[in-house]
Amino acid sequence: MLWLTSTRHSCFEGNSLSTMPTTIHRSPIAEFSNLILRALVFICGLAALAAPAHALVEIDINKGNVEPLPMAVTDFVSQDDLGPQISAVIAEDLRRSGLFSPIQKAAFIQKISNPDVAPRFEDWRVINAQALVVGRVSKEADGRLRAEFRLWDTFAGEQLIGQQFFTQPENWRRVAHIIADAIYEELTGERGYFDTRVVFVSETGPRNERQKQLAIMDQDGANLRYLTQGNDLVLTPRFSPSRQEVTYMSFADGEPRVYLLQLETGQREIVGNFPGMTFSPRFSPDGQKVIMSLQQGGNANIYTMDLRTRATTRLTDTAAIDTSPSYSPDGNRIVFESDRGGRQQLYVMNEDGGNQQRISFGDGSYSTPVWSPRGDLIAFTKQSGGKFSIGVMRPDGSGERILTTGFHNEGPTWSPNGRVIMFFRQPAGAAGPQLYSIDLTGYNEQRVETPSYGSDPAWSPLLK
Amino acid sequence: MKLMMSIARNPAVLGLVAVLALAGCSSKRTLPNSPGELGLGGSGAVPGSQQDLTLNVGDRIFFDTDSAAIRPDSATTLDRQAAWLKKYPDKSVTIEGHADERGTREYNLALGARRAAATRSYLISKGISSNRIKTISYGKERPVAVCDDISCWSQNRRAVTVVTGVGS
Repeated sequence: MLWLTSTRHSCFEGNSLSTMPTTIHRSPIAEFSNLILRALVFICGLAALAAPAHALVEIDINKGNVEPLPMAVTDFVSQDDLGPQISAVIAEDLRRSGLFSPIQKAAFIQKISNPDVAPRFEDWRVINAQALVVGRVSKEADGRLRAEFRLWDTFAGEQLIGQQFFTQPENWRRVAHIIADAIYEELTGERGYFDTRVVFVSETGPRNERQKQLAIMDQDGANLRYLTQGNDLVLTPRFSPSRQEVTYMSFADGEPRVYLLQLETGQREIVGNFPGMTFSPRFSPDGQKVIMSLQQGGNANIYTMDLRTRATTRLTDTAAIDTSPSYSPDGNRIVFESDRGGRQQLYVMNEDGGNQQRISFGDGSYSTPVWSPRGDLIAFTKQSGGKFSIGVMRPDGSGERILTTGFHNEGPTWSPNGRVIMFFRQPAGAAGPQLYSIDLTGYNEQRVETPSYGSDPAWSPLLK
Repeated sequence: MKLMMSIARNPAVLGLVAVLALAGCSSKRTLPNSPGELGLGGSGAVPGSQQDLTLNVGDRIFFDTDSAAIRPDSATTLDRQAAWLKKYPDKSVTIEGHADERGTREYNLALGARRAAATRSYLISKGISSNRIKTISYGKERPVAVCDDISCWSQNRRAVTVVTGVGS
């Protein structure tokens, strides 16, 4: 179970904590016990040392190739190494976004020893740190971790945010991500995406004997856990928008089928009782349905299954391959790919299967469409001229933009704020696929480090 | 080396060598793995076995890019498979459909299934009972040939007939 109070300006402590159920799972499957994030992160407002300012430091993230904002993330004051460790996670989140440029610590003039005292702004302005993050981390008498931070606008000399958090010590990385999200949100005006995870397929072994396992990790690659053992071929995991649950495809028992996996218990079940291969699953935005393809003979059509009633509904009925369905965030429409016109193209239909309209008309073929969480764009894989690209277009098919192109790029997934796309890239040659992320603008491409090859990434919603 | 050259000069054996080259990187279950088993001496394969099908009939057919159409050369192989299945009526088979790596994952799962289905339909049209033929698709997940040009891709676009019936 996972709780995070989103209340920013009130504090829940003492009794309210002890009345919260504390789950110490004794899961029959040991590997899952570490997944249980007993977050219990409590956020409180910190008294402002100066009147809360409206951010003077602002970033227009829609401009494309943004010059990253120089800023300073100082080591949080602490008795141990945790302060510098939290600061490092925050700085790395911000740096990887491409919007911020954390300044090297060696350049710092002032050493922050008391984060509750206003910093010497001139010392930070002189090294061009336009924003300054200070903080403290300490242990409470009850063993909980207390983390506090303040974000300063050094040129205005004003505090932009001040918050403190209480959590179990093992959640320190999550606290760092939550702080990075708060900073990102304050300075960009958009929701953050650092307190998230990625589920993907971890690949090992040579290309003709590749072993695949489902794996889950924090978006920065930390806390990686394997969810399957590698005995069965597994593909295309996707997060539930509302529960600690993943849907994916597995060849377990020699029958390729769509499965549900409970992340907390490790319990798995087949989705539906279909007479044929089911594949390409994805959740509806309310988490109540799984939409997927059912293969019958040479044709694939799109079905949904309601997870509560188990009722199945057929949405397409063609002598073609209809697959890769993805809901719009309001749940009213579905984008999918079909070769009904000869080659793979993108189509949009109503959630009941009505009004099917082709939206992609460029050169080549289009596949794996994924609707942005903001609703404004659809990301896709495009094959053209022997190259594989990741691109975006509006839901009416207009405004197509290619973000990256090469030998083989495939399978986009959106950060929950709709700003960043993760995908996998298979290079030519013997090496296997790797995960990458790229900004919606097409800038700031970053490798997402994984211990072995990686494919089929799916980004989680913001953790709760 | 001398042996290889003398084999290669014999066109009948050349076909066999080609099959071996393919099988060499195929799934283990279908692998012949010693000259004796390979039937080089004109013996070895147990009649009605997977090895018999692989070596003496041809266990796989190939497809054009993004196509599930049965090519004329494939039809010849499937005709032999149909005759073989009539000869061993207690045998059942699973047809494994595959795609090359130059496509997206979900589509290739469906394309592999479409190729397996086309192969199955052809065998049914030649008089093989539908309940003896199952299909499965592995999409692009199980390449036999690994390189980044057409020589490999064309070998990976395939449907492989795997004997499953326990039989005699």
